[in-house]
Formats: sequence, C-alpha cells, structure tokens
Amino acid sequence: MITDGRIVRLAEFGRAQLHFFLDGQMCSALAGDTVLTAMLASGHALRKSEFGPEWRAGFCLMGACQDCWIWQDEGSRIRACSAPITEGMRLRTTEPESWP
Amino acid sequence: MSETSPRIVIVGAGPAGIRAAAMLVEAGLHPVVIDEGQRAGGQIYRRPPAGFVRTPEQLYGSEAAKAVALHALFDRLAEEGRLTHCAASSVIALQEGRLHVLGEGGVQLVSYDRLILATGASDRVAPVPGWQSAGVYSLGAAQIALKAQGVALGQRIVLIGSGPLLTLVGAQLVKAGADVVAVLDTSSRRQQMQGLWELAARPLVALRGLALRARLGGRYHAGVTLERIEADGKGVTAIRWHDAGGREHLTLCDTIGVGWHLRAETHLADLAGCAFIYDEKWRQWLPKTDEMGRAGNGAYLAGDGVRLLGADGAEIAGRLAAVACLADLGFPAPSTASDLRKLARLERFARGLARAFPWPTAMARALPDDAVVCRCENVTAAALRQSTDFGGTEANRVKSLSRVGMGRCQGRYCQLAAVELIAAQTGCTPGAVGRFRGQAPVRPAPIGAFLRDG
Repeated sequence: MITDGRIVRLAEFGRAQLHFFLDGQMCSALAGDTVLTAMLASGHALRKSEFGPEWRAGFCLMGACQDCWIWQDEGSRIRACSAPITEGMRLRTTEPESWP
Repeated sequence: MSETSPRIVIVGAGPAGIRAAAMLVEAGLHPVVIDEGQRAGGQIYRRPPAGFVRTPEQLYGSEAAKAVALHALFDRLAEEGRLTHCAASSVIALQEGRLHVLGEGGVQLVSYDRLILATGASDRVAPVPGWQSAGVYSLGAAQIALKAQGVALGQRIVLIGSGPLLTLVGAQLVKAGADVVAVLDTSSRRQQMQGLWELAARPLVALRGLALRARLGGRYHAGVTLERIEADGKGVTAIRWHDAGGREHLTLCDTIGVGWHLRAETHLADLAGCAFIYDEKWRQWLPKTDEMGRAGNGAYLAGDGVRLLGADGAEIAGRLAAVACLADLGFPAPSTASDLRKLARLERFARGLARAFPWPTAMARALPDDAVVCRCENVTAAALRQSTDFGGTEANRVKSLSRVGMGRCQGRYCQLAAVELIAAQTGCTPGAVGRFRGQAPVRPAPIGAFLRDG
C-alpha cells in the first residue's frame, strides 16, 4: 500500500487506526507503528540536519545511530525508531520555537 | 535465589544473551537480563509488536524454528520468574561493578558480580558520496522495517555493499513485494570464489545463500564501483555506479540500503576495560577474550559483539560465556568440547565470508574530498585529511581536531572509514592509527533521566 509519505506498507494491514499530529497537521497511523514508521507514512523525512542543508529520515532503525531523534510539541525529544506511536502524540520535524 | 547468590547481569537479549541466561538458570542462578528491545529476541530474531499476524516462517524464513525456540525459552524463564528481564532499557555507563541503566523511569544503578556482554553488532558501513541524504539506510534498517513493521522504506530501492545481508535483505524485500530495482555488490565474482573453500564448512548455508541470490535475478550485479548518491530537497533520487565491465549506470531510486557485513558493538566492552586487537580479517577492532569469552575484570563477551559468527555462533558463544562464568564462580560447569568444535567450524565459515565479501578498503581510502565521512556532523574527507597535518596519525587526536566520530552515533558508523582515510593520508596501518575511545554515556540520555522526584 503506497502511503502519503516515503514508506510502502507491505503487510499487517489489519491493525487499529490511530491519530497523531505532525507539525500541527492531523495524520493517521496504525497501532504498533513506531514513531518513525508513522512519520514516514505521512512525510518524507523526520528532521533537518543540524550541520547541512539536507533532511534526515533515520539510518539504522536499531537505536545505534541516533539519527532519528525528533521533537515533540511539549519540548521533549524521542528516538523515533524505538518509540511506539500513541494516540494524540504531537510530533515536529523542527525544534519548538521556544528552543534557544 | 539465596542471599549469597552471585549477581550476574547479562546485557543483550539476542541469541547469545538468551542462551547465556538459560545456562545460568539451569545452574540455579537468577540472572538479570537488560535489553533495549521491547521484546527479547535481538535484531536477527527481532519480534514485531504484539498484535502483528505474520507467521514465524514469513518473518524468519529458514531460521523460523530457531527463532521460535529462543523466544519461547526466554518467555518461559521470564514467566516462571527465574530471571529478571529489564526490557526497553539501555546500559549507558559502567563503573566499579555498577551499571547505569536508562529506562522509562530514569537512570537506575544495577550492581553485578559478573557481567556478560552480548551486545551484538550493527551494519559495517562505508561512506558513499551523498550518503547523508534522507533515504539512505543501513541494510539492517531495511530488514528491521520489513520484519518488525511490515514496511518497505521506499518505493524504489537499491541495495549496495557486500556480504550475506545484501543478498538476504534483497531476497526478503522482493518476496514481500517491495520494488528492489538493483542489488549492487562491490565484491567481484572472482573475489567471491576465493572464499569458496572456507564457505564449504557450512554447505547448506552456502547453498541457501546461492538460492536467495537466484531470486534476485538480473537485479544483482557483482564487482560494481559505486560513484555517488544523487539527491534533491526531499532525499535520494538516484545512484551512479559502474558495472564490472566499466559501463556507467544511473539507477533512479528513492531509497538506498548500504552495508558491508557487520561491525561488532563494543562500546560497553571498552568501558569495562577490555583489551582490543585490530583484526585484519574483519578490518575492525575486536575485544580480546579467551576461547570461552573471558575478558577479565569479571566480564565475559559473547556473540557478534566479540566474534562475527552470526546467530548460530552467538547461541554457542552465549552458552560458553555462561559456562566460563559458572566455572570461575566455583559452580559445576557442563562440558564444552562439542560447542567449541562447532564454533571452530563456524569460524572457518566466517573466514570464508570475510574473504568473499571484503570491506571496501580502496573505496574508503579514495573518498572524494567533498564527501561526508561522519554523517552525524557532516565532517568531510577533506576536513579529516587536513586534520592529520596537525594531529598526526592517532585516531583520537584526529577526532578532537576534526570532530569525526564525536557526533550522535559516537563513531559507530564512520570510525572504520575514518581510520582508512587517516592510514592512507599518513602512510601507516589501520592498526597503528588506533580506535576512538568509547565514552559514557554510550546512548544519549535526557537530563530529566538523572533527576529524582522531591
């Protein structure tokens, strides 16, 4: 199943749908998705590189590279490849404006 | 467990950690198993979240029975309360017999009398110009996405590198219905033939590999030269490469999986004070142990974190490390002769793999000046080469000056290529360049994790 984002769903279609917010927009995901899967089913990247012009979309998916740490509206960061998505999560591809 | 029972902590719940734990339980001990996964299994036998419905045969193919056996064994021991399982927890530091464990509730201290490290491995990657773009992943990442999430990481996928995982991930993705447009192996067919004699140590495994490769059909190309990953604002758009005959190709794609076999995960072994040696066969530093996995200071190492023998080897090494631990504590220990014999056969096979699918030394050393070596902080090959003028040949001085290996991944994905570049620039061997020192915390830890209520 082609998604709105980068990834293609190939199996495990029968899961409950849930909703989260990505940069303020409501998006849907499936229960059991990681934050990374959910974000990349709705978009093409997770965050902007701090050291270059390019976007980043994760790299190792096993918690070793730390490429996929992203921001939440509330200010705390999470590692997208290991955190499960939950209903109502508010995720960001950029740091909150309050960040110095 | 009696009050005086020794406290044994195992880090990692993959094949090595699970077998070590089971062996200790059999001897009447109660090990603590700390693992980053939500569910035990490790990476190659990683389990999807609860509620996913694919069968073990769909998830693990020919290895399904082994995966099911390990999962069932661990779950049974945990349910019976014969071990303590700390899931979704990372050991971020260790000092004076105490582990600093980061979990949901913050950082806890866990003390141990003996420590078994079964930390596994991750992909051994080499930089290809453009590899910092969104849509470049490790081969392991492509496999985890498929196994644990049921997804392909893009609509048109190219896999590059060399080693067993290149073929395996390609075949798994094709079978699951992903669009894999090319599988580009930097090892030539001639080079691969040179590993044949040793690969014959496990004829069934070797034949299975050939059968998987056959599934790739015309997608598979041996002996390629990788030139550059092209990208636009959204991420990867194509890869430029030359085939074995020297013809140039531009293959359109939105996703690239990259890897040259495995790199042992050794940060905790480093903090535990293990000695390291540069292993010419694997072109990387590996912790030094005896044949049972004893590393000194009450630490034992098992699995791909010390010897890259794959899951079957990890199961054996896990048992051996536990037996060594039991023997050192004065417990009766079972015979290890048969396990040691099996391990010798797996070692021979692994030597064949290393020979047939080598690390791309020449490619890493010839990386163009403008290419990124460290993708955490976008340190270029030029910056690294220039820093050797001031820092000389020593890896940690180059690290301080250029910041290579100082970013988020702590050098896990750039160190081996960086060392090749330093060696080429200064005319010495990778062994002489040395390795980046491991630094705590070995995983990022939020400040909040160290705060206590009240």
